[in-house]
Amino acid sequence: MSILVIAEHDNAELKPATLNTVAAAQAIGGDIHVLVAGAGCAAVAQAAAKIAGVAKVLVADAPEYGHRVAENVAKLVVGLAGGYSHVLAPHTTSGKNILPRAAALLDVQQISDITAVVSPDTFERPIYAGNGIATVQSSDARKLITVRITGFEPAAATGGSASVETVAAAGDAALTRFLRAEVSKSERPELTSARIIVSGGRGMQSGANFVLLERVADKLGAAVGASRAAVDAGFVPNDYQVGQTGKIVAPDLYIAVGLSGAIQHLAGMKDSKVIVAINKDEEAPIFQVADYGIVGDLFKVVPELEAELDKQS
Amino acid sequence: MKVLVAVKRVIDPNVKVRVKADQSGVETANVKMAMNPFDEIGVEEAIRMKEAGKATEIVAVSIGPQTVQETIRTALAMGADRGLHVTTDLEIQPLAAAKLLKAVIDKEQPQVVILGKQAVDNDNAQTGQMLAGLLGWSQATFASKIALGDGTAEITREVDGGMETVQVKLPVIVTTDLRLNEPRYASLPNIMKAKKKPIEETTPEALGVDATPRLKLLKVVEPPKRQAGVKLASVAELVDKLKNEAKVI
Repeated sequence: MSILVIAEHDNAELKPATLNTVAAAQAIGGDIHVLVAGAGCAAVAQAAAKIAGVAKVLVADAPEYGHRVAENVAKLVVGLAGGYSHVLAPHTTSGKNILPRAAALLDVQQISDITAVVSPDTFERPIYAGNGIATVQSSDARKLITVRITGFEPAAATGGSASVETVAAAGDAALTRFLRAEVSKSERPELTSARIIVSGGRGMQSGANFVLLERVADKLGAAVGASRAAVDAGFVPNDYQVGQTGKIVAPDLYIAVGLSGAIQHLAGMKDSKVIVAINKDEEAPIFQVADYGIVGDLFKVVPELEAELDKQS
Repeated sequence: MKVLVAVKRVIDPNVKVRVKADQSGVETANVKMAMNPFDEIGVEEAIRMKEAGKATEIVAVSIGPQTVQETIRTALAMGADRGLHVTTDLEIQPLAAAKLLKAVIDKEQPQVVILGKQAVDNDNAQTGQMLAGLLGWSQATFASKIALGDGTAEITREVDGGMETVQVKLPVIVTTDLRLNEPRYASLPNIMKAKKKPIEETTPEALGVDATPRLKLLKVVEPPKRQAGVKLASVAELVDKLKNEAKVI
């Protein structure tokens, strides 16, 4: 068996999601190649070559891959897929955008968001916001799979020495043109790779009040997240959203503030190592999954927490 | 310009889903059903395009047994003009859904097709992208803003690091994200009016599509349960526990 992993990157940096995806490939077993499709992405290819367990890195360096437009990357993947039994991508917005398009063109029923490998054709994946764990078996000759990052411990970023090979670009489909990005600027870690997350819900009452969480987050080196209700209410941007329809996270510590714990939110964070809930409603479902809970008014408790972190540091 | 929206009938997202004791799936008997929330956003967006004078007709399509006509009626009550029902009792997986929708689109020739970014039952997030691939069309997934132009559209997408805006050629497949709009409720008069709107029926056979499932569901089990922990009286106690018991800070 040979497995192609589509690297997650921004032309400059290889993203950690790639490492978890390589780990899923290792669980399947076989020769692992990594595809870096980008523009001016030589540094990413070098980083990918160092991942432990990777045999070869394929680099497609062309302007049409600069923003990973799905129409172009999917075309490239379809051209390369012939040599592989499995093609894997992380279940990120980029992986989700590209891989199903390639799967349809290859006449393959993709398997999305796997959390475990049972055998090379059988996988576990959560359904219904994680209320069920389905085991599914593919009858397709080739498997196209997106991988839930939190389902697999990352492969080591160093220790490998893969060969790097250039592959020909497949051309610009000229259907979609990237215009601009509005990147959330933050000194804090990214949600999906943060060790600690402080998350707010509708109880925060306004976007301005999120500054309370940001202060605690900065003391802990944490990322700031939110429930769908907080995003719906316009408190924070969508890329803060943790849950079934947002990001799936599993940090060492997840502090849920003013957040009731709807099943859709729990789906995105219940695999966190330690969960803390701060909520004035002692009946809130979040307390049923929390290791430590404080029943109280967040506007009093959160500033106290900030002060206490100073005191005990 | 014609707009086509795909709508899926799913278990109401507010219902607690239960795994069947025999592990064959989840309990769907006597469970409240609803339109997939992201598809509601799709229907709403199509209606707004029509209200803005950009769209002339909205066709709502659903695939499944007779009961999915309720979901089509909901779309019609919101403001879609007519319905199209691909009737089948097969379990329809995303690739089959994409093939069936392609066959419908080949006949209907819409310029814009809107789907939800994922259905909240199987959480696959595949059908729109697959459909775009099969048609060879442009795709704009996870849309939070759509500005239609002449032969093109500018679409803002929700991506992991923030947002990105792309220009796509029409025809286009769009999948909706949360912030695209807030769907309306159908008014009682519109619900009554929707009963008279036409729903055309077709079948996978008539569309020439093999919709056989490719993935076999071996079992569904409940996820491991998390135990509730302890409630603490003070923040000082919390910080102490996090430091010395859990050792996470």
